[in-house]
Amino acid sequence: MNTAFEHPIYNYKVVRQFAIMTVVWGIIGMLLGVIIAAQLVWPQLNLGLPWTSFGRLRPLHTNAVIFAFGGSALMATSYYVVQRTCQVRLISDRLAAFTFWGWQAVIVSAVITLPMGFTTSKEYAELEWPINILIAVVWISYAVVFLGTIKQRKTAHIYVANWFYAAFILTVAVLHIVNNAAIPVGPFKSYSIYPGAVDAMVQWWWGHNAVGFFLTAGFLGMMYYFVPKQAERPIYSYRLSIVHFWALITTYMWAGAHHLHYTALPDWAQSLGMIMSIILLAPSWGGMINGMMTLSGAWHKLRTDPTLRFLVVALSFYGMSTFEGPMMAVKTVNALSHYTDWTIGHVHSGALGWVAMITIGSMYHLIPRLYGDTDMYSVKLIAVHFWLATIGTVLYIAAMWVNGILQGLMWRAVNADGTLMYTFVEALEASHPGYVVRWIGGLFWVTGMLLMALNVYMTIKRSSSETQPLPQTA
Amino acid sequence: MNNLWGDSLSGFWSSWIIVITLGTIAFCWWILFANRKTDEVPDAEGKVGTTGHQADGIEEYDNPLPRWWFMLFAGTIIFSLGYLALYPGLGNYAGLLGWTQENQWDKEVARAEERYAPIFAQYNEIAVPELAKDSEAMRVGERIFLNNCAVCHGSNAQGGYGFPNLTDDDWLYGGEPENIKTTLRQGRNGLMPAWQQLGETNIDNVTQYVMSLSAAEHDADAAALGQPIFAASCVACHGPQAKGNQALGAPNLTDDIWLYRQPGQPLGDAIRQTLRNGRNGHMPAQAPYIGEDKVHLVTAYVYSLSH
Repeated sequence: MNTAFEHPIYNYKVVRQFAIMTVVWGIIGMLLGVIIAAQLVWPQLNLGLPWTSFGRLRPLHTNAVIFAFGGSALMATSYYVVQRTCQVRLISDRLAAFTFWGWQAVIVSAVITLPMGFTTSKEYAELEWPINILIAVVWISYAVVFLGTIKQRKTAHIYVANWFYAAFILTVAVLHIVNNAAIPVGPFKSYSIYPGAVDAMVQWWWGHNAVGFFLTAGFLGMMYYFVPKQAERPIYSYRLSIVHFWALITTYMWAGAHHLHYTALPDWAQSLGMIMSIILLAPSWGGMINGMMTLSGAWHKLRTDPTLRFLVVALSFYGMSTFEGPMMAVKTVNALSHYTDWTIGHVHSGALGWVAMITIGSMYHLIPRLYGDTDMYSVKLIAVHFWLATIGTVLYIAAMWVNGILQGLMWRAVNADGTLMYTFVEALEASHPGYVVRWIGGLFWVTGMLLMALNVYMTIKRSSSETQPLPQTA
Repeated sequence: MNNLWGDSLSGFWSSWIIVITLGTIAFCWWILFANRKTDEVPDAEGKVGTTGHQADGIEEYDNPLPRWWFMLFAGTIIFSLGYLALYPGLGNYAGLLGWTQENQWDKEVARAEERYAPIFAQYNEIAVPELAKDSEAMRVGERIFLNNCAVCHGSNAQGGYGFPNLTDDDWLYGGEPENIKTTLRQGRNGLMPAWQQLGETNIDNVTQYVMSLSAAEHDADAAALGQPIFAASCVACHGPQAKGNQALGAPNLTDDIWLYRQPGQPLGDAIRQTLRNGRNGHMPAQAPYIGEDKVHLVTAYVYSLSH
């Protein structure tokens, strides 16, 4: 990596490393998604081998997109934002470097162990105990670097983006350690210390907060820096950010139980999961409003700036999926939607529409600046990427909505004699076209990510060929 | 932990849940109302000033909370308090409606019973061979079969590896209506013990003998050596003629129908595997799931497949 562009004050090296890996893991993670989507259309693609079967590749896909792609993006942007908004270098270059190499080691371990079949069987927490210990060590180091840097800040005020990053980092540390408490019985085998329904509740307390803190609070931190930066407008409302920040982190903690409606979980816990999810709607939308309204006076920029378009469309999908979530947490809706493809569609409207789009927009702002420039190599390629990503997301979620509602209705349809009208396999057959459309949506996404890789490569190459020192880009 | 997840909570845990739940909701209410009013006076164009904070060049306005958003937030809190009054949520408090997921289930089942039970009770009056000719009844029976039985026996009822074909004339436990009904009602456990202790040579000899029974290609010398072992160890269940025993579910070994033979697997390999490791077939009892009347109807459906 070129070192000609070292910033006089800030540590950009670790930011660059994480930013590059965001693109790399994005391509790998989404490609795995396309492969497993294809397996659902053409089961022969499981190849009859255990290592390439859907059951093993699916957790690899989720780990790669959430923790490798999303995690690298969060670490890249949080290290960048905390330095620039606190006007101080990261407190330790060595510890920051450790978080980079440690996190990549975690991901490589996942890439090796998951296809081999080592799994705790807990969703989004599949990795076995030795890797979990490494995650905990890396994560605590990350917290030390980030919070330590805030402590050393030269500004009086802590900027809102840093509140969200800090909440995300602290909470994920707690969630990860509590949910993965287990008794090892071998190098790659352990048993959870929690019994039965308690284990399920702890798992979904983690599972939903992986969404709430990792994929929401963390990315809201990203939003709060890159949207006003790219739009060159002040944040709409400081007080709105206070209200929605505190309400969001308070209520998200409770929402996990909505994954366990109509199960062995006691009724009272289910109800609390439902009402807290409903209360969560307004705090979630607070972030959307603050981002969207920040653009007032700058809407015309959308015509010429596809990076800003990524950020704004991300906010739209964020608003949509945070409305859909509380709705699906209502028991009567959940009775229809649970266990269907609707859930998968909901997750992806958040994961593709919100998380990936806000990340990509932020990266298009960030990457040229890390290499001493203000613009990507090709703005046209960003525009093409934008349309590929948008169309891909719409195809994906529309297909899963149709499939989900279809499945939910077919499973519960009864004949005049009370017998079920359809067998399970009939609902599966009816889902086939949706699976094809979903796969095509995924192809759009991977194509877009490849264009991004090309654009990033050309941007870096262009910078390397210029030898002037880093200009001070604000 | 028992107290936390049992039917009812201890007084402490119940109070704890009530306190933290209401505390969380009260906190949301407070943070919303505490930030309701802004000191900022909008100028003539409705613009407000910034907070004066500067973060890497980013400034912040101090706009008031959007009114519709404020109402939405307050509305969800009020809804939630109402929900907690009506439904279980606050610890041991059961809610005014007395709703539980179990009683919702019970009510739905009772409603379904009331509506549909007479239809099946009617079919129960008709003898199996006669019912098997009623095409309307068989359509209903088929639907129950597809949703409960097809997962093992296949939607065409022709079975598969380890799952008997129900459309032929070969019955492990008998094909008379009463036999089929007993199978459906109570389930079956087919146990073939493992004969590893015979040693590989003897297992191979018995395999050759069993193959000779259905006139499959075999090694006659080995089969002759296997015959006395078969007579000593296998006839108790499979009978001296190897025709099987329906009382035990021991299969007929002379009819060239093999329950445990993978598609394309050499017959000798399949038999050797059975002898070495034994087999443990399990047909689950259906009466607890679908009830007596539907068992009767499905009996007629299964009967109709081979009659």
